[in-house]
Amino acid sequence: MIINHPLLGPRDANEFSYLGDASLMHRPDWQSDDAENQFYEYQYLRDNKAGMHRELWYHEQGDRSWLVVTRNTLTHEISSVELASDVARREGRSR
Amino acid sequence: MTQKNRIGGGLIDQNRSVQFDFDGQSFEGYEGDTLASALLANDVKLVGRSFKYHRPRGIFSAGSEEPSALVTLREGAYSEPNARATVTEIYDGLSARSQNKIGSLNFDLMAVNDLLSPLLTAGFYYKTFMWPAVFWEKVYEPIIRQAAGLGKLSGAEDPDRYDKGFLYCDLLVIGTGPSGLMAALSAARTGLRVILADEDFRMGGRLNAERYEVGEMPAADWAAATLAEFMSMDNVRVMPRTTIYGAYDHGIYGALERVSDHVAEGSEDVRQIAWRIYTKRAILAAGSTERSIAFGNNDRPGVMMAGSVRAYVNRWGVAPGKRVAIFTNNDDGWQTAHDLQGQGVEVSAVVDSREQTTLLPPKGVRVVLGGRIVDTKGRLGLKKIILSDGQDVAADCLAVSGGWSPNVHLTCHQRGIPVWDDKIVGFVPGATLPMGMAVAGAAIGVMTLKACLQSGLDVGNSVVEALGRTVSKSKTPKAQDEVSAASAFWYVNESKGRAWLDLQNDVTTNDVKLSHQEGFRSVEHLKRYTTMGMATDQGKTSNILGLAVMAEISGKSIAETGTTIFRPPYTPVSIAALAGRSRGKDFRPARLTPSHDWAAEQGAVFVNAGAWRRAQCFPKEGETHWRQSVNREVLATRASVGICDVSTLGKIDIQGKDATDFINRVYANAFAKLAIGKTRYGLMLREDGLVMDDGTTARLSEHHYLMTTTTANAVSVFRHLEFCHQCLWPDLDVQLISATEQFAQIAVAGPNSRKLLEKIIDPEHDISNDAFAFMACGDITVCSGIKSRLFRISFSGELAYEIAVPTRYGDSLMRVLMDAGGEFDVTPYGTEALGVMRIEKGHAAGNELNGQTTALNLGLGKMVSRKKDCIGNILSLREGMVRDDGLRLVGFKPVDPAMSLNAGSHFIGVGAEAKTSNDQGWMSSVTYSPSLETSIGLGFIKSGDQRMGEKVRAIDLVNNKSVEVEITSPHFFDPEGRRLRV
Repeated sequence: MIINHPLLGPRDANEFSYLGDASLMHRPDWQSDDAENQFYEYQYLRDNKAGMHRELWYHEQGDRSWLVVTRNTLTHEISSVELASDVARREGRSR
Repeated sequence: MTQKNRIGGGLIDQNRSVQFDFDGQSFEGYEGDTLASALLANDVKLVGRSFKYHRPRGIFSAGSEEPSALVTLREGAYSEPNARATVTEIYDGLSARSQNKIGSLNFDLMAVNDLLSPLLTAGFYYKTFMWPAVFWEKVYEPIIRQAAGLGKLSGAEDPDRYDKGFLYCDLLVIGTGPSGLMAALSAARTGLRVILADEDFRMGGRLNAERYEVGEMPAADWAAATLAEFMSMDNVRVMPRTTIYGAYDHGIYGALERVSDHVAEGSEDVRQIAWRIYTKRAILAAGSTERSIAFGNNDRPGVMMAGSVRAYVNRWGVAPGKRVAIFTNNDDGWQTAHDLQGQGVEVSAVVDSREQTTLLPPKGVRVVLGGRIVDTKGRLGLKKIILSDGQDVAADCLAVSGGWSPNVHLTCHQRGIPVWDDKIVGFVPGATLPMGMAVAGAAIGVMTLKACLQSGLDVGNSVVEALGRTVSKSKTPKAQDEVSAASAFWYVNESKGRAWLDLQNDVTTNDVKLSHQEGFRSVEHLKRYTTMGMATDQGKTSNILGLAVMAEISGKSIAETGTTIFRPPYTPVSIAALAGRSRGKDFRPARLTPSHDWAAEQGAVFVNAGAWRRAQCFPKEGETHWRQSVNREVLATRASVGICDVSTLGKIDIQGKDATDFINRVYANAFAKLAIGKTRYGLMLREDGLVMDDGTTARLSEHHYLMTTTTANAVSVFRHLEFCHQCLWPDLDVQLISATEQFAQIAVAGPNSRKLLEKIIDPEHDISNDAFAFMACGDITVCSGIKSRLFRISFSGELAYEIAVPTRYGDSLMRVLMDAGGEFDVTPYGTEALGVMRIEKGHAAGNELNGQTTALNLGLGKMVSRKKDCIGNILSLREGMVRDDGLRLVGFKPVDPAMSLNAGSHFIGVGAEAKTSNDQGWMSSVTYSPSLETSIGLGFIKSGDQRMGEKVRAIDLVNNKSVEVEITSPHFFDPEGRRLRV
């Protein structure tokens, strides 16, 4: 596969390591009332989609960017690649 | 007589004679011959025995689809089994031999299998040889494996070299027949970067095998002229002998180039290159493959594909027989008759399964319309054919044409499903193609010459436009369309003898019928039960016949029955080519410590730690067992001073205004108040609450930390920290960089370590116990101004330091320390002594931090802060992970001090039976402690912290060993830690 890195352009997937569902960016608030349950769901529950899937890739053999890649799990078509830090900020994460 | 079947003409060079051997006999061929064409020229028809029944088999085709003529090439370590004679270029000195036989090829002793064939039908291994059950593994299977089969590997290391390579292009054209050449022309003339690949050593596809005219010259000449134009263009790379074997994601293709398979063994060339080709567009112009017709005993040597017979006559100037009969269900078979007769080869009959045709037969040739061949005769080679009316026709070669199947294989590698086309009677590519692929010519069902040229041009032009270029003014050369009517006729029902579908796996029409009768209705099941199409040829000449038989029995159409999915590789690719140079010591790179050369000079024994080579111990003269060396290194370190290269530990440099906050969140223990110039042990959890790693982190200045990780987890911890920063807390002001490779770090341990360091550290730096206390860290200089860092940390339990210098000084630092330490009898120690001392101190390492243990298990439960947000602390508090009766890391000593311990032993109560339900835990690390003069171990046992002094048995069922042990504190040596702080 070829991942179109937002900073570096098209790169072979071999340069990346894969983590999994981009929902791993949605780390719960440790002080919420049902923190344990939220963390349990965050850690273990995933949608197993046949189709478009947002997932985390790490450019380990490159610039060390974490990327959010939107990939069709049926065709491997990649429709968007973004810096994870940009996505995190857009989703309201900061510090 | 030599080359009695050579009739002359063709595309071989009769001035260049080539000598080769087959089964020990010497033969002559010409440059341009394949092994198959040269054997046929020499009237060798029997070339092998079949897979299961050991039936005599000959050459069936003239290309990569060959199911039958598999031979072993070359000798000794260079030998290669299962090579297809039809694609093997001969060269002077080539030695080939037949395979899968006992005794001679003519009198194969295993041919008895053919008489046993009623026992060996589809799925036989599920049905026969079932009793007695124990015989399967010990008797039946080894015998069947010995009897069935293909050629054998030499067992010797492959002496050839292979490479991997990467290519980039705008357009990859796969196949160089009329449509491929035309497509490439249209693109190349616009300046696009084009790669043109063909599996054959002579490019041109069927243009080389036919007597057509293209552009008012012989087709092969037009192909050669067109290829010459490509060779002169800088933007075109022409790759003969290159099979595109797979279509992968995003326009990436796998290609195997056979660089020097056609050169005598031992050449300096790389043998094969596995290319990965990155394309913007690809045009599949892979042509089509002729398929057979099933009838009784249709597998005899001499029965061949009609188009291949034509290729041998036209391209290689070889008559595959003196008297050739034709059996066809389509117009194309007739062309073979015309070409044979045109070259003066006798054609004894044309048998067409169709009731009528408008085609004119070659002069004087008997024509049987509506004809059926029901049987053939000739033990080791065809002598005659029997028609359904009982008449026989003399023939030593039968040219069979069951129609042509488009080579859709690569269109299916990305889930594409071919669709049935009634008009051409074959599967054509479906609507879903791999990204960027277009298909031209026969591969998409365009079956005639002029139309193929036009198809190539059209598809080529459409790619040019899609890539934003202006279409060139290329036109197709003058050419004619040949007759090409096809019909659906698959097998001769009247045949009494076995009618073969898959020649390579010995599958007959009866096997397909049996499989249907036994309930295998899906084509994928049919395939696996009968093994049809599962051999190295992947059923290129036979699959559709099997589907058709299946469709007919089940009363469905072929379109409804569907086809099995094609997967890479298109033709076999050797593992050696895929490995390239990544084998032996080059399988992966080795990482060497900065003091590696020095350690090697000392005679160190090295051990692999991941990719690292680390000194395991430093044997001295007279030491006959590694244990002696290790004990000496431990005792010398504890008595005076030892040094050890610990550069392999991961080092992560962390800087930024929020560095403190960041570190406090990724470690489970408190880090918010670490003083500048101090180091602290850090425990890192995964988010699931299990321990990920541990190490020490030094605060070098207000906003600057240096974290260390274990050697094994250096990469994964760094990845994790980047994840935490970029994905969870993107606005924390923190920067991370790996510094593992940048610093050489040497542990200096033992009561005299300070005295030794004082000799090399520049005098302005005070490292006395008061000025530089336990866990202190700071920048210093050594040896008159070399910048270094000093950490007063200890893994050994002794007064100890780790000193870091830029990597380039690591070797010197080791030598300087050894020189300066002479008066203290300084001793280098390796990873074994390091391990002994850490077990004596009860420190957890890899065996304990195995990804399944919690801080509580390790006795570090109190370190996990509940007062801050940090990775893993919430889930570490889950009910099941904080049980009072959970596993705890404790120490174990044998009750009899003379006994040794085994890691991996399980703990069982003294009186209890050694079974799983009585299992209380396991021993994770053991060593002989020279300091305590007994074996000691660390292990996890239920409620271990509350069971000090209790005795249990450590049972190792693998080694049949049981030792009574006493539960102790894991801190065997200096449990108060007094030695650290002096």
